[in-house]
This record gives sequence, structure tokens and C-alpha cells, in this order.
Amino acid sequence: MTKKWDATSEHLLRELAPQVLGAVARRFRDFSTAEDSVQEAMIAAFTQWPQQGVPENPRGWLIQVACRRMMDHVRSEIARRERETTVAAETENLASLPEIEADMDPDDTLILLFMCCHPALTSSSAIALTLRAVGGLTTAEIANAFLVPEATMAQRISRAKQAIKTSGAPFRLPSPQERAGRLPAVLHVLYLIFSEGYASSIGSHLQRFDLAREAIRLTRNTKTLLPENAEVAGLLALMLLTDARRAARTGPDEELIPLDKQDRSLWDRVEISEGTELLTAALAKGSVGLYQLQAAIAVVHDEAERAEETDWPQILALYELLNRVSPSPMVTLNHAIAAAMVHGPVHGLTLLRALDTDPRLASHYRLAAVRAHLLERTGDYEAAIEHYRVAAARTTSIPERNYLMTQAARLAGD
Amino acid sequence: MKYILLMSGTRAGVEAYHAWPKQDIEAHMAVLHRINRDLTESGEFVATQGLAEPKEAKVVRGEKNGLPVTDGIFPESKEFLLGYWIVDVPTAERAYAIAGRISAASVNMPIEVRQFATRESKS
Amino acid sequence: MKYILMMNTMKAGHGVPSWPKKDLQAHIAFMMGFNKELHERGELVSAEGLSFPDQAKLVRAGKDGQPITDGIFPESKEFLAGFWIIDVDNPQRAYEIAAKASAAPGPGGVPLNMPIEVRQVMSGPPPDML
Repeated sequence: MTKKWDATSEHLLRELAPQVLGAVARRFRDFSTAEDSVQEAMIAAFTQWPQQGVPENPRGWLIQVACRRMMDHVRSEIARRERETTVAAETENLASLPEIEADMDPDDTLILLFMCCHPALTSSSAIALTLRAVGGLTTAEIANAFLVPEATMAQRISRAKQAIKTSGAPFRLPSPQERAGRLPAVLHVLYLIFSEGYASSIGSHLQRFDLAREAIRLTRNTKTLLPENAEVAGLLALMLLTDARRAARTGPDEELIPLDKQDRSLWDRVEISEGTELLTAALAKGSVGLYQLQAAIAVVHDEAERAEETDWPQILALYELLNRVSPSPMVTLNHAIAAAMVHGPVHGLTLLRALDTDPRLASHYRLAAVRAHLLERTGDYEAAIEHYRVAAARTTSIPERNYLMTQAARLAGD
Repeated sequence: MKYILLMSGTRAGVEAYHAWPKQDIEAHMAVLHRINRDLTESGEFVATQGLAEPKEAKVVRGEKNGLPVTDGIFPESKEFLLGYWIVDVPTAERAYAIAGRISAASVNMPIEVRQFATRESKS
Repeated sequence: MKYILMMNTMKAGHGVPSWPKKDLQAHIAFMMGFNKELHERGELVSAEGLSFPDQAKLVRAGKDGQPITDGIFPESKEFLAGFWIIDVDNPQRAYEIAAKASAAPGPGGVPLNMPIEVRQVMSGPPPDML
């Protein structure tokens, strides 16, 4: 008895994808071909279910279709190699559906995450493979999200799987010790997916797949699989607390609105509330990691009903901590901003001088942009205008460029 | 990050190229095709385009009486765009390496490398 | 028929125009509206802006396969600022679109009349590619 395809069906289908892949990969012991087969089954489902309805056992349907595709791949591979004797052995793997379903492991999705985010992969291939194998997105959707041709994205995924094969990574959960070492790579990939989605959510043009929402979903699933892990919770909190501001960062003319000028009534209080709760629970676990710290900073911002009420001393303290846990030029820059808010712009400008000799940052647009903002606060408008223009020329983001040029023009007067 | 790699030439340069022996032109085309295939295989290819002869090109400037003002002149020595590649790569160095390969395949003519501006913002 | 419309940078300081704020905003709004209209008419294939020319590199192959990236641009060089790829029924429509882009407002709201180069591009992937 089929069910009508409705608004929840797509979500269901995507949730099933990694479960199905886990089952098929485990049965056939060939992750790469299984992944191709499951993708084919997903595309078949996306094509047929909206018209024919959602099957009574959707997961079983997907497993069966994926297995059939696997057999097609295996047979053509055998035909290629002309080794008919292996046909019997291979077809043994096509066990009955109940057997396959009984073999399924709730950890399969976690296994897939670790595989897809294997350190042997480049970031772009890990992102592509994770979105397909764990996210259940089609190649076309991923290609569209990253604005590259479908063939290019298909190749990234192919190369990712080749790298996994070469690394010899087995289809099993890494040991608890291995997991500790491998988890940062997983979280990093999820964070990159979120960043890409959030960065491209500015403005309304270009209907691209909502990667930020997808990253939140995948991270939520990861948290369900690793409920005790504080950094996973911290990452999810950070995503929610950042995503909460999405509606407020674009103006009516698609212009960028900085944090201190955003209409906070447009912030999503439900996401803020959930993010705050998650973070509080994570911090109670004791160890404070990178994502938790960043989430903590986001909470302080999101808690302030008006920009003027922002608890900058607390943010400053958090950046000082972040600078010790995970120093980076960007952290130093953000620390300088917070320091300027607490101790005044001259102090902030002094801190920025240390960055002038840092080759990673010296010619970065943000250094010039922050400097311009602080110079403006000291009343040195001419220097501020100059630095706003330098920043505008350096940035590769059109919304940022427009924003910075407009700041320079504002100061220069009409 | 997306980069555009620009190959430009002069009318004189293009005419000299057209005067190459046929097999040299074909060999050149073959190398460029190989580069494009490799770029797809590596997951870096976004687009490539050869442009029509600038005989057909027009330069348009504003309107007069509601009609575009067109001007098709390309002086003999002026450089014009012959074609471009758009690639999606993780570092500028990779973009330069690809440009270097295109240059090597094309009598070492210089290839201009420019990063795309994005409609995104990390803020 | 597909055309590429190319716009060069306006030469000034860092390349960043120093116009009054409302003129800058009018220019930005014009460009956004222009792209939106082309998109709604189904004529826009793509519209891209490039980063400013001080980051441009001129690359040649080096002897050991490493690229040489310190090539110097000629003094008179005009740099590409951005381009549109459009799909239209005839060349006249392409020139009309280019004329509109050219007339984008500048300081004082006066049309800039920037030269826009219009070149035909092939409709599909080049033969034998991929």
C-alpha cells in the first residue's frame, strides 16, 4: 500500500540513504560500487515515488533496487574480466531482503561519516562524497550547490572513493582511540558544508540547495550517534546560533547588514534557544573545544537584545581563551575587535599592528576593513576612507565589496 | 575558489597561428583537449570557451536615439580575448599551475589568471 | 545565439570608485536590476564579476614545469572587470543589452557609457571536449 508523496517524503528519503548504503556496502564489501548503486536507487526513487507514491517499506525498496544495480555492476565487471566462475560466489551476496535488513547496524551512518571524511581525502572531495553518501543528495544537486558542472562533481566523488580505496579503510567503526583522532576531520567537513551554505544564503537569487540546513541535519544526526561528545554538540550549537541570524543579514536591496546593525527581531529565537541549551549541556561535560568556544561567543552576541547591550568583556575573555586553544590570524583579528569594544579603538588599532607583519593576514581584506572601522571610531575619517577602499579592492566577495565601498562613500560625505 | 584563465592575442598573432602547418594546429588543439579532459577528471573543470574571430566583434557604448552605438574596430596591434578556462581549485597556486600548462601548450604565451568575485559573504 | 559581453575596469586608484554614496548605491542597484531583468527574460546564462586587477597574475610555463607568475602587464592594459553570457534570438538584441549595461549610472547619476565588447560564443561545449 503506497503513501502519497508529500512535503516530508524528501526528508525521509534522504534519511534512508546512508542506512541503505550501510546495508549494501556491508553485504557486498564494496563501498565504492555500493555508493554508486545507492545513488542510482535514490534517483530512481526521486523519479518514481512522486508519481507512484511512497512504497510501504521505502527502505526495503531502496535496498532491493540498489542490490539489483550492484548485481548489474558486478555482472558487467565479470563480463569484462571473463571470469564466469565467480558468478556463483558473487550472487551468494544477493541475500534476501530480511537478511540484509537484519544485518543493518545503527552505527552504519557513523561508519560512513568517518569514511567519507577520511583524512586521505581533500576537503572538496570529502564534502562532495559526504553530501552524496551520507546526505543522500544527487550529484546534480551537489553540483548546483557549488556551481560546477555535474560531470566535474561526479569526478570529485569518484576521486574521493578512489582515495578511500587506496587508503584501505575498512567498512567498520574506528576504535574509540582512532575515533578521537578522526572526529575532528568529520566535524571540519560538516563545518565547511555549513559555511558554504551560510555564505551563499545572502540574497535571494540563484536557487541553490540549502547546504546550511543540510549541515545542521547531518550534524544533528551525528550528535544522535555520538550523544556524549561535547564538540559535536558544540558544532551543532554554533551552526544553529549562526543560522539564527540568516534572515537579518541581507537588506531589502540584497545588501549586507553587519551584526551590529541587524534587525534582531528577525533572528530565529527558537534556533538561538536550542543552540544555547545544547551549548550549556556541552560545557557541563568539562572539556572545552574549539567549536564550543565559538558557539559560546555566538551565544553572547545572540543573547543581546540590542547591539549596545552586547557583553563585550565576556566576548573578549572568550577570544583570549580561543587564542590560547587555537590561535589563528582570524582569531587575533576578532580579538582585536573585541578588545577595541572594551578598551577603545586606539587599543584595538595597536593590536592590529602586530598583524601587519603576519604574511597570512597582511594583505587580507578583513585587516583593512577592521582597521577602517576602528579608525572611523577614533575620528580619523580620511584614513578610515582609505582603508575601506583598500579593503573593498581586496575582497573577493561582491556583497562585502559593495558594503565597504558604501562605508567609504558614507564617510566621504555626499 | 573559481578562477578564470584568459588567453589573449593580437590580430597579427592569430593570423600567424592560422598560417601554421595543419598538423601543428591539430597537435595544439589535441593538447588543449587533453588539458580539458584532465581538468574534468580532476574535478576542477567549470567551463572553457573559444571566442569567435574579432571580425564579428562589436564594442557597444551607450545609446543614441534609442539605438546602441556600435563600433567594431579592433586595431591590428590591440590584444583581444581568444578564449578562457574557468576552474574551481582550492588554491591560487593550483590555478597558476593550470595556467602554466596551458601556456606551455601554447608557445609559452602568457595566461592571465583572475579570481572570481563571489556573490557570497562569510559575515 | 550565445554572446559574451565584457566590461573592463574603470581606472581609478585601487579600482574602487570614489563616488558619492547615493550614486554608488544607484549604480549597484542598476546592476542588480539589470541582471534580474535578464534572468526573468530567460536571457541570462551567467553573470560574473572578477576580483580587482591588483591580484591579477600573468603566468607562463617555467623550465622545470613550475609556472612563472611574475609577468608584468603592459602599462596600457585594460583589465576585465566582469562579463555576462547571454542567450538571445539575434545579434541586435545582444547589442541592445550591451548598450543598457554600458549606460549604467556613474557619478551624478550620469550614464557611464563604458565600452562593452560583444563576442559570439559557441552554444554547446566545443567539439571533442569531454
